[in-house]
Amino acid sequence: MRHFSTVPFAGTPEQEEQLKSWLDQNKDMPGVVMPALQKAQETYGYLPIEVQRMVAEALGKPLAEIYGVATFYSQFSLAPKGKYRISVCLGTACYVKGSGKIYEKLQEKLGISGGECTPDGKFSLDACRCVGACGLAPVMMVNDDVYGRLTEDDLDGILAKYTD
Amino acid sequence: MEMVNLKINNMPCQAPAGSTILEAAHEIGITIPTLCYLKEIQRVHGACRVCVVEVKGARNLLPACVYPVSEGMEVFTNTPKVQAARKTNLELILSTHNQDCMSCVRSGDCELLRLCKQYGVDKSNSFEGAMPERQDDYSALHLIKDNSKCIICRRCISTCAEKQGVGVINVVERGFNTHIACAFEGKLADSTCIGCGQCINVCPTGALVERDDTQKVWTALGDPTRHVIVQTAPSVRAALGEEFGLPIGTNVQGKMVAALRRLGFAGVYDTDFAADMTIMEEATEFLHRMKSGGPLPLITSCSPGWVRYCETFYPEFIPNLSSCKSPQQMFGALSKTYYAQKMGIDPRDIYCVSVMPCTAKKLEIGRPDQCAAGPDIPDVDVSITTRELGRMIHRSGLRFNDLPDEDFDPAMGEASGAGHIFGATGGVMEAALRTAVETLTGQEVEPVEFQAVRGTDAIKEATYQVGDLTLRICVVSGTANAAKVLDMVRSGEKRYDFIEVMACPGGCVNGGGQPIQPAQVRNFTDIKGLRAKALYDLDRDSPVRKSHENPLVKKVYAEFLGQPGGEKAHQILHTHYQKREKLY
Ligand code: SF4
Ligand code: SF4
Ligand code: SF4
Ligand code: FES
Ligand code: FES
Repeated sequence: MRHFSTVPFAGTPEQEEQLKSWLDQNKDMPGVVMPALQKAQETYGYLPIEVQRMVAEALGKPLAEIYGVATFYSQFSLAPKGKYRISVCLGTACYVKGSGKIYEKLQEKLGISGGECTPDGKFSLDACRCVGACGLAPVMMVNDDVYGRLTEDDLDGILAKYTD
Repeated sequence: MEMVNLKINNMPCQAPAGSTILEAAHEIGITIPTLCYLKEIQRVHGACRVCVVEVKGARNLLPACVYPVSEGMEVFTNTPKVQAARKTNLELILSTHNQDCMSCVRSGDCELLRLCKQYGVDKSNSFEGAMPERQDDYSALHLIKDNSKCIICRRCISTCAEKQGVGVINVVERGFNTHIACAFEGKLADSTCIGCGQCINVCPTGALVERDDTQKVWTALGDPTRHVIVQTAPSVRAALGEEFGLPIGTNVQGKMVAALRRLGFAGVYDTDFAADMTIMEEATEFLHRMKSGGPLPLITSCSPGWVRYCETFYPEFIPNLSSCKSPQQMFGALSKTYYAQKMGIDPRDIYCVSVMPCTAKKLEIGRPDQCAAGPDIPDVDVSITTRELGRMIHRSGLRFNDLPDEDFDPAMGEASGAGHIFGATGGVMEAALRTAVETLTGQEVEPVEFQAVRGTDAIKEATYQVGDLTLRICVVSGTANAAKVLDMVRSGEKRYDFIEVMACPGGCVNGGGQPIQPAQVRNFTDIKGLRAKALYDLDRDSPVRKSHENPLVKKVYAEFLGQPGGEKAHQILHTHYQKREKLY
C-alpha cells in the first residue's frame, strides 16, 4: 500500500492564493479535475491532503474523487520533493548496467520507496528515463549533479556530500 | 415510441430504439449475465464484460449492457464462443479473488459465485499469479470492506456518489493496485460515510457487508438474568420474507412475530408503536414552530443516515431538524423508562434489540444523549438488520414459511396504520398530516389518505390549506436528492414548512439493511414500490389509522409522559445534533 509522507505541509499564503484564484476562475470548465491537479502540483510541487482538499472544496467534489484521479496518473506525486532530489535513471542503457539494483539500494539506505521523501524532508527518490548520458551508465542525479559509472559502494559517499 | 426489429437467438422481436441488447433480451425472457451493470446509476459501465454477446457482422463480442439495438440486428446470447468468453472473464476475475466462499456471508446470494457455477468455473481453472495486497477496513460499526472479495465493478462508488451524494469511496491507484478506498486510504469510521448501507445492497459480492451483530443477540438470549426484548421497524415485515424465498412485497408480520417469540425474546414489540409516538411529538413540535415562528422548515429526523448527512454536509440546517429521537430510539427510551416501571424491572436488566432495515441504526445507538434511563443505560443495546434476523432464523432451524401468524405482545406492540407507513417515502409526512391537521382544525380528517406524498418519486411536494394555515410540504428520499432540495431552500427558490427526508432512495423499505436482490432483479423490478405497497395495504386494513387514536399511545401519555411535547416527553424522547467535521 502507498506510504504517505510525514513531512509537515508548509504551503504559503501566496501559494494558496494562487491556487484558489485559478480554481475560482476555472471551476466550471468540463473535465476540470485534471488541469486543477496539474495547477496544484505546479504550485506546491506535490499533492498532499491539504492541497487536494482545497481542490475538492473549490470544485464541490468529494475528496475521494480527487484522490482517485491523483493516484491514477503517474504524473501526480503525493510526496513532496526533498531538498535534494535524487533520480536514478532506469533507461535501457542504465538498466542493463544495473541501475535497478542502485535504485533498490537507495530505497533501502533512505528507508523510503521510490516516489517518496525522507521524513526530514531532505532526500526524495524517483526513477527517471534516459537522461542522455548513456555513456556513463548507470547514472543518477542529485538535483543538477550527475553521477555516472555508479557502483553500490559509491552511494554512501555521494549521500554524505549533501549534509546540510 | 420508435421500435426496431431484431432477432435474438433467431427469434424475431421488437425493442424500443435506444434500448440496450440486455433490455431487449430481458423483454423476451432471456437473462444475460451482468456483474457491473446497474440500471439505476448513470456512470459508464462496461467493466466486467461477462455480458458479452455475438452480433452478426461485428468482429468482436459486444457488451450487451451498453450496446444499443438497431434495425435488423441479429444477436446470439449463448453460443459456445460467448460462453467461453464469459468463462474466461470470470476466471480472470477469480484469479485475484479471495475464494473464501465457505465463510463468506454472501455465499448464498453472491452474484459472482452464482455465475461461476453457471459457467462451470472452478478453482482449478483459474489463472494463477500474484494476489493484490489485502486491504480490509473493519473500523466502522456498521460496514465492513474487504477488498480481497472486490471485483471492482464500481457499483458502490456510483451509488455512494450519485444517489447518496456522499462519494466517500472511490477507485484509487491503477493497474494491479487498483482498489476501492477512501481518500488517502482513510478508515471508514472517521470518514463522511453516513452509514446508509446502500453500497452493500448493490455489491455483487461479499466485499461490502454489514457488521454482523447477531452473536450479541444470541449471547443475550442465552443469559437468564436479562429481560431481552425486541422491536421491529415497519419495513422489516415488508421484506423479511425475501430471505425465505417469498415474493417481494409479501407482508410477513405474523410469521416474523412468531419466529421472534420462538427465538426466545421475552417481549416481541413493534417499532411502529414508537413511530406513532414520534408523530405525536413531531406534530406537536411542528405546530409549535408554525405558531411561534420557526425555525422552519421543520425537517424530519427519523432517518439516522439523513441526520448524519445533515450534520456533515448541511450543518446550517441543524436547527431545522426535529429534535425528536427516531422511532428506534423512542422505543428503546420508553422500554427502559415507562416499560421498566410498569413491569417492575430494573432498566439495567432490560436488553433491547432492534431489527431494522438499516445499517445507520447501528451507528445511531451509540450517539450521545440516547440514554433516557441513565448515562450508562443505552436506549437500544444492539441493532441488527433484516438480513441478520433472516440469518438468525435460518440458524435456529425454524421453518419460517410454516410458522403460524401471531400478534405482537400488547405492552408495546400496538400501532396505528400511520405508524406502519413510516417505512415508505412520504409515510412520515402522511402520518404527521393525519395528526397535525386534526389537531389544528379539531375536526376529523376524511379521507385519511394524502395521495400527493405517496409513490416512489424522488422529490414530491404539495400544499394543503388547513383552516387559515397554508402548509407547504416536501418529501424527498436519497440524500443526493435531499441536497438538491436543501440547495433550493437555501437559495430561496423554494419555501417549505415541513420536509420529510429519508436517506435511502424510496425510504426504509429500500434501506441498506434489507434483503439483497441481485442486479438482475433490481434492474427490472420496482422493489421499493412492491415493499411499500405491503405497508400501505397494512395501513388500509388497520382499524386505527391515526397515531393520536392509538389507545396505547394515549395510555403512555396519560399514565407516564403527560402532554406531547411536555417536559418529561422532552427528557425521554428528544435529542440534539452536532456539526461533524468533514475530514474525507
Ligand atoms: S464474494 Fe462470492 S465468490 Fe467471493 S468468497 Fe464470497 S461468496 Fe465466494
Ligand atoms: S454506507 Fe452509504 S455513505 Fe457509506 S460508503 Fe456506503 S453508500 Fe456511501
Ligand atoms: S466493493 Fe462491491 S460494489 Fe464496490 S466495486 Fe467492489 S465488488 Fe463492486
Ligand atoms: S539510459 Fe540512463 S542515461 Fe540513457
Ligand atoms: S460489462 Fe456489461 S455487465 Fe459488466
